[in-house]
Amino acid sequence: MRNSSELTRREFIVKSVTAISAVYVIPDLIPKAVAAKPLDLEVSAKTKWAINVDVNKCVDGCTACVEACVDENGLYGFDRPETDSQWIRKLRIKDIKTDKVTTLPMMCQHCENPPCVDVCPTGASFRREDGIVMVNQHTCIGCRYCMMACPFKARSFVHENLTEQVTSAPRGKGCVESCNLCVNRIDHGSETTACEEACMKEGHHAITFGDLADPNSRVSLAMQAKPSRRLREDLKLKQRVTYSGF
Amino acid sequence: MDKITFTKFIIDPKIFWSNFILLGIFILIGFGCSHYMELEGHYVTGMNNQIVWGLPHIFAVLLIVIASGVLNIASISSVFDKKLYKPLAPLSALLAISFLIAGLAILVLDLGRPNRLIVAMTTYNFVSIFSWNIFLYSGFAVVLAAYIWTMLDREVNKYSKFMGTFAFGWRIILTTGTGSIFGFLVAREAYSTAILAPLFIVMSLLYGTAVYYLVLRIISKFHNTYIPKDVLDNLKKLSVIFLFANLYFLGLYHVTNMYIAKHWDFEIFILSSGGIYTLSFWFGQVIIGIVLPIIILSSNKFGTHLALTIASFLILLGSFIAMYVIIIGGQAYPLTIFPDHVIIDSSFYDNVVHSYIPSIYEFGLGIGGVALALIITLIGIANFKFLPTMISSPHSSEPSDKTTDS
Repeated sequence: MRNSSELTRREFIVKSVTAISAVYVIPDLIPKAVAAKPLDLEVSAKTKWAINVDVNKCVDGCTACVEACVDENGLYGFDRPETDSQWIRKLRIKDIKTDKVTTLPMMCQHCENPPCVDVCPTGASFRREDGIVMVNQHTCIGCRYCMMACPFKARSFVHENLTEQVTSAPRGKGCVESCNLCVNRIDHGSETTACEEACMKEGHHAITFGDLADPNSRVSLAMQAKPSRRLREDLKLKQRVTYSGF
Repeated sequence: MDKITFTKFIIDPKIFWSNFILLGIFILIGFGCSHYMELEGHYVTGMNNQIVWGLPHIFAVLLIVIASGVLNIASISSVFDKKLYKPLAPLSALLAISFLIAGLAILVLDLGRPNRLIVAMTTYNFVSIFSWNIFLYSGFAVVLAAYIWTMLDREVNKYSKFMGTFAFGWRIILTTGTGSIFGFLVAREAYSTAILAPLFIVMSLLYGTAVYYLVLRIISKFHNTYIPKDVLDNLKKLSVIFLFANLYFLGLYHVTNMYIAKHWDFEIFILSSGGIYTLSFWFGQVIIGIVLPIIILSSNKFGTHLALTIASFLILLGSFIAMYVIIIGGQAYPLTIFPDHVIIDSSFYDNVVHSYIPSIYEFGLGIGGVALALIITLIGIANFKFLPTMISSPHSSEPSDKTTDS
């Protein structure tokens, strides 16, 4: 006679399937009551991510934005400045006519007409609807044509094996990379990039990030407050990174 | 004109195998260098984030330009119906295919991710001239294979004029595409001009003719192939025309740059203040690569063979230096990010003329590529009937001596 506590094969299968359904399937069938997270939202042209740099507020000698970018994206170098990646760098420039010296951060300018995207043979270099220009690390073949095409020297090629990668910013030897406006943060709902956050923490407020489509966003207000310009405007690339104060 | 018959390259097996092994060693070295660069990353090369294209690109672009140009002989024979060149045409097409494959091999093996070649072959961005070139290059190989077939197989020989014309058109577009890789780079003052496309075309005509002559000369040393005086005189005249065309387009390129106000500083850099780049331009590209060959080919002091041999060597040496000036010199000059400012401090070398010292690995890869072109040619002529049994012309009854300078 069968012990009543023992399961038949049929009962075992039925109960197992029920349990698996309860755990994995049913939650997906219940309509979500909570609002969609930014990560679930499709990237849309309704958002226009942009950065404004007020060069008058940028402090000579301060490299907080550069250091924050390195930490955020795991851009630890090998002490080989010619081949180490730099997504953002500080420049000191002098006006030819007035000799006025200005310091400013230089990064990918996130062009609306990006030459790097035009020249990329595989389409690995692409521009999102919201204006972020970035590299698909899975389809970049490492031809470096985008680096030849960029007027701002904003891109770096990963020249060697990487060891201290950050999970939120995957990188790959033999691929090209550049500032992606901290896309991982932004897609998870953050409203600031690492460089802007660091600049604010220092109390300088030279870098302002935000959505240009929103007239009340920080970046919109900053650009309304002061006239701004794009670098190399003659190339008509319509960069989303603008500079005020020079 | 005598009936043209073709034959395989008959050569002492010892000489064949010693050449085969020697070229094979260079090819293995090339692959080894490429593998090491891929394994360690490109930091072991002289290339960096400032000079992103280096020695491999000089070799690759040069070989691709030569591939297009070396088809001259076949084009003259098929398209312009010059019977004198008919016996020499198949070899010309074989050389084109060999140099093309070699150039592409270098280009692919220098990629950061050569293992993703399949991505490049399956995912296209048709706005990119690079994508178009992938089609132009692979298509050229197919067109050349078909062209060779029509030349060597009597049954389909009637189509050879059509295929020759098609290949001629294709290679003009191909070299336009190669020149446009640079011509479409609006951000760099050295490039950003459509004149680079015709400049590359005349360069291909010149370099291709030089390579063809030298290869033919080497083959004739081992094989019973006579090069008639008519052919030699014709090659000499062609080379002089191509040299002047090069000088003209090179001058036009620089005058155009001088005319564009924002390219003026770059012109001063290349023509007078660029150090090694200025030296390379004047002594390498202009004097060695163009002026000396013109003098040698125009002088009556040298025999035709000797003049053509020396001139072809100088042209090829000049071609290498020309590519160095165009590819490396163009990148070495810093980008003008702020036209109304000077950059006084940068951690990314924005304000300096970039230096480039190639590594032995890049050189190994480049030499391996050249060896690949030569070994494909060697295998081709040894196994298929690419060489004419005798070259003669309706104008010359006396074939010139194959070794002595006439």
